[in-house]
Amino acid sequence: MSYLHNIGQYFLMIKEMFRKPTKWSVMRHLIFKDIDDLIINSIGIVAFIAFFVGGVVTIQTALNISNPLIPKSLVGFATRQSVILEFAPTFISVIMAGKVGSFITSSIGTMRVTEQIDALEVMGINAINYLVFPKFIALMLYPFLISIAMFLGILGGMAACVFGGFASLDDYIAGVQMDFIPFHIVYAFIKTFVFAFLLATIPSYYGYYMKGGALEVGKASTTSFVWTSVAIILLNYILTQMLLS
Amino acid sequence: MIEVNDIHKSFGDAKILKGISTTFEKGKTNLVIGQSGSGKTVFLKTLLGLYTPDQGSIIYDGTDYSDLSTDEKSNLRSKMGMVFQGSALFDSMSIAENVKFPLRMFTKQSKSEMNDRVDLVLKRVNLGDAHNKLPSEASGGMQKRVAIARAIVNQPKYLFCDEPNSGLDPKTATVIDNLIQEITHEYDITTIINTHDMNSVMEIGQKIIFLKDGFKEWEGSNKNIFKTDNEAVTDFVYSSDLFKRVQKMYLEEDQ
Ligand SMILES: Nc1ncnc2c1ncn2[C@@H]1O[C@H](COP(=O)(O)OP(=O)(O)OP(=O)(O)O)[C@@H](O)[C@H]1O
Ligand SMILES: [Mg+2]
Repeated sequence: MSYLHNIGQYFLMIKEMFRKPTKWSVMRHLIFKDIDDLIINSIGIVAFIAFFVGGVVTIQTALNISNPLIPKSLVGFATRQSVILEFAPTFISVIMAGKVGSFITSSIGTMRVTEQIDALEVMGINAINYLVFPKFIALMLYPFLISIAMFLGILGGMAACVFGGFASLDDYIAGVQMDFIPFHIVYAFIKTFVFAFLLATIPSYYGYYMKGGALEVGKASTTSFVWTSVAIILLNYILTQMLLS
Repeated sequence: MIEVNDIHKSFGDAKILKGISTTFEKGKTNLVIGQSGSGKTVFLKTLLGLYTPDQGSIIYDGTDYSDLSTDEKSNLRSKMGMVFQGSALFDSMSIAENVKFPLRMFTKQSKSEMNDRVDLVLKRVNLGDAHNKLPSEASGGMQKRVAIARAIVNQPKYLFCDEPNSGLDPKTATVIDNLIQEITHEYDITTIINTHDMNSVMEIGQKIIFLKDGFKEWEGSNKNIFKTDNEAVTDFVYSSDLFKRVQKMYLEEDQ
């Protein structure tokens, strides 16, 4: 019952987000601020994780290929596939559910407990549009972040491959270029857009509708992380089934 | 003018407002007094439309709030100013930006017009030189005054203040009281102030309603609040030592 209630309220919030837009001159500033907070401030951690996990994927693949009949270039191929299809769009999104998600929930939740949201509503401002819409627009730049993760993941794999002596640079690059299916990129970016939407809206929902004080802000951030990840993983499954099989 | 007809409000099983009716006139400072926990904040937030009453109606200058569409409600609200008990300043904005916010949202003024207005209002609350501080860098009393400046900057038709001078030193508290009264008279607005400060009651209590346990226990003005024989009211009024001593002094003089 309470799940259904939450889901219903979540969709009503999304509808409300597009009603009665905030004045553009104000909204513009909010969007730039959110791009800075949500996207620019995440580049560092995403780059770091992508590079090193890309390297580990390569090492694991290389260590598991012991059969001399399998070409060395397979290491590059396997790294590319796992980075583009799953690691960059899905794995990074779950991490972002922790970083960006808890930031969104706690900042909106704090505004709720200190009555700043009431202050907006008293002025007749559509607080959901004011708070959530700029985050939604800012996260439309999320694919840019994921592209960086894809590039650095493959680069990290290359570095690990060459320095670890698992295959030559030429083999790795040949593998990365092998049997390339452009639709895989389309699939990855469709997922990325869907996840961006979840990352903007689910944490906002938990922040906006929270009740209580500072302690509850912390709890709401945790709950928000759990449900954002669950939604990402479930939709990942559904989208993969729909688009790839 | 705001008319309140028999409003009730509960949270779960807890009945907070149990049927309150009264009228708040324009151009007057209306006070809502009562002990901590008597429901003053809930009453004010219900008037503002932040809480929907379970029963009863609230009529703003002839318009019943519950008859309005969402957009009409927003429109009416843009004419309200509210000072929250906890100030509720936007903590990502500087003090000047907080005050400028309603102007940016609801007027087409140029940047310099807005800045002039912000300067003027901040000077009126004695904060002429705090423009660039963040709310977190301001003292509690300063935050209160910023909240007042934000509430009045766009010349509201209705002004609501939840304990506007609690946490202020007596001198600043008086300045704030007088400021609210001046603005109320100057722009002929409907002002409702929650307070348990007896100074405010004496100074600006043109109309007073006394809440107790969710009921309106008494209604009057600062002219007759010291003469009433309603026990709850006298209890409240003479709860401070100073007033008790004053009362005793008068009684002794009479003898
Ligand atoms: N959102 C809420 N949910 C449940 N109960 C509430 C809520 N807000 C207030 N109450 C309860 O309503 C009662 C009245 O609270 P209110 O804040 O109106 O008191 P008050 O008169 O403003 O007191 P104070 O002078 O201390 O500010 C209290 O018992 C409080 O616990
Ligand atoms: Mg209160």
